[in-house]
Amino acid sequence: MPGQKIRVLIAKPGLDGHDRGAKVVARALRDSGMEVIYSGLRQTPEQIVQAALQEDVDAVGLSILSGAHMTLFSRVVGLLKENQAEDILVFGGGIIPDDDIPKLKEIGVDRIFQPNAHTSDIIDFLKETVHRGETLA
Amino acid sequence: MDGTDTDKDQTVYTPEHLSQLDYQRDLGDPGEFPYTRGVYPNMYRGKLWTMRQFSGYGSAEETNHRCKFLLEQGQTGLSIAFDLPTLMGIDSDDPLSEGEVGKCGVAIDSLEDMEILFEGIRLDQVTTSMTVNAPAAILLAMYVAVADKQGVDRAKIRGTAQNDILKEFIAQKEWIYPPQPSMRLVVDSIEFCTKHLPAYNSISISGYHIREAGSTALQELAFTLRDGIEYVEACLEAGMDVDDFAPRLSFFFDSHNNFFEEIAKFRAARRLWAHVMRDRFGAKKEQSWMCRFHTHTSGYSLTAQQPANNVVRTTLQALAAVLGGTNSLHTSSRDEALALPTEEAAQIALRTQQILAHESGVPDTADPLGGSYFVETLTSQLEEGAWEYFDKIDGMGGMIKAIEKSFPQKEIQEASFRHQKAVERKEEIVVGVNEYLSDDTPLRIKTLHISPALREHQVQRLQTLREQRNHQAVKQTLSELKGAAQSDQNLMPFLIHCVKEYATLGEICDTLKEIFGAYQEPDF
Repeated sequence: MPGQKIRVLIAKPGLDGHDRGAKVVARALRDSGMEVIYSGLRQTPEQIVQAALQEDVDAVGLSILSGAHMTLFSRVVGLLKENQAEDILVFGGGIIPDDDIPKLKEIGVDRIFQPNAHTSDIIDFLKETVHRGETLA
Repeated sequence: MDGTDTDKDQTVYTPEHLSQLDYQRDLGDPGEFPYTRGVYPNMYRGKLWTMRQFSGYGSAEETNHRCKFLLEQGQTGLSIAFDLPTLMGIDSDDPLSEGEVGKCGVAIDSLEDMEILFEGIRLDQVTTSMTVNAPAAILLAMYVAVADKQGVDRAKIRGTAQNDILKEFIAQKEWIYPPQPSMRLVVDSIEFCTKHLPAYNSISISGYHIREAGSTALQELAFTLRDGIEYVEACLEAGMDVDDFAPRLSFFFDSHNNFFEEIAKFRAARRLWAHVMRDRFGAKKEQSWMCRFHTHTSGYSLTAQQPANNVVRTTLQALAAVLGGTNSLHTSSRDEALALPTEEAAQIALRTQQILAHESGVPDTADPLGGSYFVETLTSQLEEGAWEYFDKIDGMGGMIKAIEKSFPQKEIQEASFRHQKAVERKEEIVVGVNEYLSDDTPLRIKTLHISPALREHQVQRLQTLREQRNHQAVKQTLSELKGAAQSDQNLMPFLIHCVKEYATLGEICDTLKEIFGAYQEPDF
């Protein structure tokens, strides 16, 4: 609905505790007018998806610097599918080699932002993609 | 504003800026209190800094191979990176380890892995730094056990355990237990080292992680040294004599982009610590006053875009560390923002140090920038700023109280957000990222991939281990450990007994968790 804030869950799945990026993104999104929920550290994919459903978010952003991105992204995407929540966007960033990005897209990740991405790119992506989904409904 | 705390507003610095500087009081010769100019009289003419490249990935066999490669290529000290499950005290077969085994360091589940890691490497022939914090005491116990098995005299064991839990609460966030029992483990390990491993650095009090999390140079300096003060106080409270343990405290700093500020930071650190130890704690031994440190060039500053540029960045940062008198140095690899280093990238990083050491002429003179109007001014500014932070944190009741109030964490978060904005507004230029972008196809460099089959391999290994070890002995030693955790006995001997019976890291950490509890980060 126009005028309603975009709701985003920023999550840190897996064991990685490096949250500099996640927090910067969360704050930038908040400053741009979105409702942002930050999951805290060391969440399992199950906990993340549960939070996403409970909070009725439009998008989930995963921050992964540990190398475990293939496993963790596919689990989150899979669980969203299981819960008929495929309309929730999945995006993310961290340390993700170029070669893995197409593979992530293939399993259903909507967008990956590599190191030094501009926060306005993330904001634009969400504004464009979330509204696009709504107008199609 | 570039987010730093020193006033580099002037284009030129003159003798006026140093009118208050007193050579004997503020500088001293290298090797003289307050050690501003270096901890040793001959500095690098006497002995070059240790070239200690951080490495580790996959299985113990693979990391053993990489260590041997780097030693053959001229590295002079080992530095081991552990994977996240290991850093969090979790075994490779734990459900939480899925996707994580061996990805950002070597997987160590038990003494068996540690023995494989050091196969063919005698522990009296190398110095090893272990970058581990929450379960550091256990990894140290394993290291001692390997030495014992190799027949190495414990007094000959040299190296460092990072073992700095306070900066985990502040910045890196790899913790297991709450602050009090975590400090107990640190104090126990420092006490054990003081008595049994006299040549070993019991702790590497770190600023690198604080800086990489987004702090300014001043915050890195101030929070690191204030953490140091907290550890000294904890050891004194436990009844130790400051001159017994202080000589083996060591430090670990970042080397970041702002060249002269970094050099000043290293010099300020030495001057500050010398005063803290002599004046605040009354230490009498010279070695207690010396801030010896390792430096790691900034990973955060390296870009995914145009990775070749990173070799240049690392070179400048390494030069700053050497001009700042570092005792040990790691140079980061050009593929830092993409994956763990390939062998080729790791070699270039090492060669950077070797060229600096042997071709540049820089090491021939100790503290060559001493007396510079600019560098001395920056050094003093950073020092003053640090004293202010110490007062502030003292006022809060100390570092642990400050952490509970989320003070350093908030400072870091603010600074990191300011930096991001500065880059986005192009107030800070990052070459290849917000300026001088490349339109041509990016150089596709080979990156390292860790096979997901590794986890399966570790799981099998653990299964076999659990079948073949002495169940009774494992049960016994874990039970004794639990009892000791409830008393105030030093836990190190109990940990050594557990690891020697091949209790796994997860089993040991879980046993301690029953007594110590698990830490929850306060919301802010």
